[in-house]
Order: sequence, then structure tokens, then C-alpha cells
Amino acid sequence: MFSWFGKVNFTPHTKVGRFADYLKDGHLMGSKCNSCGHTDFPPRADCPECLSGEFEYSEWSGRGKLMTYTRIDAAPTGFQDMGPYLIGLVELEEGGRLVAWFGQSIPESEIELDMDLQVVPRVFDEIEEIKVYYTLEKPGTTWKKAPA
Amino acid sequence: MTRVGIVGIGHGRFGRRSDATVQELAFEAFRDALADAAIDRQEIDAAVIAAVPEYHKQRSLTGVIMEYLGLNPRSAWLTEDACASGSAAVRTAWMAIRSGLHDVVAVIGAQKMTELSTPEILALMGRVGEVQWESIFGTTFPGYYAMLARRHMHDYGTTKEQLAAVAVKNHYYGARNKNAMFQKEITIQKALSSPPVASPFQVFDCCANADGAAVVIMASEERARKISDKTIWLDGLGSATTSMSLLRRPTLVSLPSAVEAARQAYKMAGVGPDDIKVADVHDCFTIAEILAYEDLGFCEHGQGGKFIEERQSYIGGKHPVNVDGGLKAKGHPIGTTGVSMTTEIVKQLRGQAGERQVEGADVGLTHNVGGNGQYCFVHVFKKE
Repeated sequence: MFSWFGKVNFTPHTKVGRFADYLKDGHLMGSKCNSCGHTDFPPRADCPECLSGEFEYSEWSGRGKLMTYTRIDAAPTGFQDMGPYLIGLVELEEGGRLVAWFGQSIPESEIELDMDLQVVPRVFDEIEEIKVYYTLEKPGTTWKKAPA
Repeated sequence: MTRVGIVGIGHGRFGRRSDATVQELAFEAFRDALADAAIDRQEIDAAVIAAVPEYHKQRSLTGVIMEYLGLNPRSAWLTEDACASGSAAVRTAWMAIRSGLHDVVAVIGAQKMTELSTPEILALMGRVGEVQWESIFGTTFPGYYAMLARRHMHDYGTTKEQLAAVAVKNHYYGARNKNAMFQKEITIQKALSSPPVASPFQVFDCCANADGAAVVIMASEERARKISDKTIWLDGLGSATTSMSLLRRPTLVSLPSAVEAARQAYKMAGVGPDDIKVADVHDCFTIAEILAYEDLGFCEHGQGGKFIEERQSYIGGKHPVNVDGGLKAKGHPIGTTGVSMTTEIVKQLRGQAGERQVEGADVGLTHNVGGNGQYCFVHVFKKE
């Protein structure tokens, strides 16, 4: 159910929809091409290298480094109740990148480019329907995982 | 090889234009362009409309513009490449003329961004990035460029004062442009004390949404020589793309699309960065102008901050840039911007820029970016 992914979701229909199911269970999944073995994050159904459409999910550790960040003071529709919020761009250890909010373990004053980070899967508690996302936390932060 | 030239230019006033519809804005600039070229409407055989349609209540803008300008039954089409739509239109007009299909083409940039309410604009703003993986975290347009700025500051020591210096320069020239949205000079202190938008950006690091239209009339060499004795030639065209998302960007301290588009345009025109006497570049945010100095080869990568600090982009400096006020002071009606840039360079190369004239300008350039680098068009213009 990819519609679970994000506070506001714009693309409920995708071939990598199960990404959100895994995330809900505490697993951060990338893709691995069944034909040539190319890996990608975010996951892709279609291999950019060999063009195969056969893939499997592969678990990422969520460890990465901060490439850049910003604090959004002027928030768009759907996020105004959250502002201001901090967004970081992370290079992941197993390859690929993601954009995410900083979590509570890292105050703005401690943010530095190239710092090590842990991406942690999250479920919105304050929203009744299932809404999943991830945050950027201090290395070593742990979380609950359901069996994959 | 036969050339394509610009024989007429027209430019309306930019700003919050609560007095006019989008086709009325287009008409102002069109009337000026016809008068400038001293031709009759009948001589135009096709029109390219540059606009980003989602800002308008009217669907299929091309239809109302063609009707209101009295251009039916001529051929017309729309080009859209986000904030680079204007230069995309200039490029397709060049292609239409070089193909031999059309001889005289009007490029009409027209945009009315303030037709939408603030909530509608905020909703659109929430979808400027890649929506599947990025926009769901509330990314914004200033936020993307802010992230590029942060990395540039970290890697090269670019400072907030240097960013603000870009805004100060562009407001200085905007104060001398009667079509600019903001015709008031600002100081570094004013810029640095403005409200935060997306760190490290404050209000004065960002250009403003605006309404406005601009028109250029382009013609084949044969027709141009009959129409005008002040034709400015579009001799170098470069166009390239890079990833939609920052997740797959090769670099965060340069726009790869701009580097590639510049390479193509310089090669085609047979010139290099040192030949460019005046340039209009895409300063949607202050960092964007600094990236442009570097990506266009006006200075080394990483030296853009120093370039503005040393006033090298003022008239009298090494490469005068955005001496019409740029997007920052002129305002940024997104579909119109590339056409507006073209009118300014034509004016400069003709020697008609008044107190903003760059003396001896014989080769000029436009650099028009779509989104946060997804598209870039670089055009090189010559006087003869």
C-alpha cells in the first residue's frame, strides 16, 4: 500500500508499492535487479542498467552520511502544521539517497554536513490512518522490526 | 548555414497585474514587438507560446492568446519546461525557421501567476520536486536551492553576505528598469535581516512570483535582412537536462544541465566565456546566479561568491550579469522569463539599454533554468 508512504502521498499507484508495507514493519528496502543484480535506492521496478522489469526487494541498513540540509520555514499545503521542519539529503551506505526529516535525537545546532546518520522507519502516531515515513537520527538509534 | 535573427522585441510591466488577463498581458508585449519590428501582424506565420499552464484558470492558453492577438488561423503551439519554458520556445522557433517550415515566428511568453489564491500556490509549491520520494517530506522550491547553497557554502566557503550581494546588485539594476516588479535598491543589511524562508535563505534570497509578458519576433536570415537593419542573431543554442530529483543528481555544487548547455552553445556560436560581454542568467535564488557564473565559465568553480564580492558582474566588471534586475528584482513570471531575458540581450546588443547599457556589447548570452536544474537552455547572441 504505497498510499501509506508520506504524510501527504501523491502517487498511491506504483510497481514498488510494497516498499511502504516493509517500512511499516521497520524495514528499509531498496531494489535488486533479478537479471543483472543492479541495486537501487529508492527501489525501482525497472532496471536502469539492463532494462529488466524483474526485481526483488533488498534490505538497506539505513546508515548514511548527510550531504546537505535545510530548515523549511515557509511550508506548503499539508505541512503547515509541522513547520518549521528540518530536511536532510542522505547518501546511503549501500548506495542511493533519500530525503527525510530530522528526528528528535538531533537538534538543529548539532547538524553538520557529512555527519553520520541512521535512517529510522516511523509510523505517524497522531494520524488515525496508517502513514509511514522515516527520520534521520544519531548513529546507533534502534527501532522495533517485525519479521520480514 | 543560414542564420536566424531576432527582428522585434516587446516587454510589458512585470508585477502583480490585477488589472489584466493573461491574453491582455500578452497583447501589450505583442503590440510593442510589432512596432519595434515595424511589421504587420500578417507577416507572422506561426506563434510559439511559452507558459506554465497550471497557474491559469484558462485551460489551453494558446487558444485565447491566438484569438486575442488576432493571429488566427496561423499555426501555434505551447512549450513547457517549467521556468525555462521561454527559452524552450525560442529554441523551437529557431528550429521551425531553420527547418524551412516557417519564415517569421512570434515567441510569446505570457504568465499570470497571481491568478491563483495563496492556498492554491502553496499546494502547487508542495509538488515542485519529485513527488514520489521527495515532496512527501514537504520539500519546497526555495528548499531545494537552499540545499544546493548549503553544500556550496560548505565546500567553497561561500558566505551569506556573498549571496545577499547578488540580491543587492540585481535590485540596483531593477531600480533602473521601468518594467521591473521591484524598482528599489536594497542593502546587504536589509537582505540579511529579512524573514527566513528555507535556511540559509531569507526573503531577499528569493525571487517573487509575478505576472507579465514578453515577445520576440524571429525570422530567417533572408526575411530578417528585409525587415530590419538592427537584427540580432541567435547563433549558439545549447540545451540539456539533469535528474528531476536530488536523489540522482551527479553534483550538488553545480547544475550539470547548465554546464552541458553552455558547452553546446559556445561551440555552436564559435565563442568562449571570455567573449560574452553581457549575460542574463537565471537568478531565481541568489545561489543560482553564483552557480551560473561558475557553470558558464565566467569564473572557476567555487569562485562565484568572490566574483560577486569583487563586483565582477556589475557593469564595468569582467562579465556584467542581469543588469536588467534579473529574476530577483524584475520578477519571475515563469513562462515569460526566458523570453524576457532574450529581449534584454537584444536591447543590449543593439545599444538601446539606456543607463544600463554595457558599452561595446557585441556578444551576449541567456541562461534559463527550469525547476532546480532539470532543464537548462543557454543561447548566444551576436550583433553581426
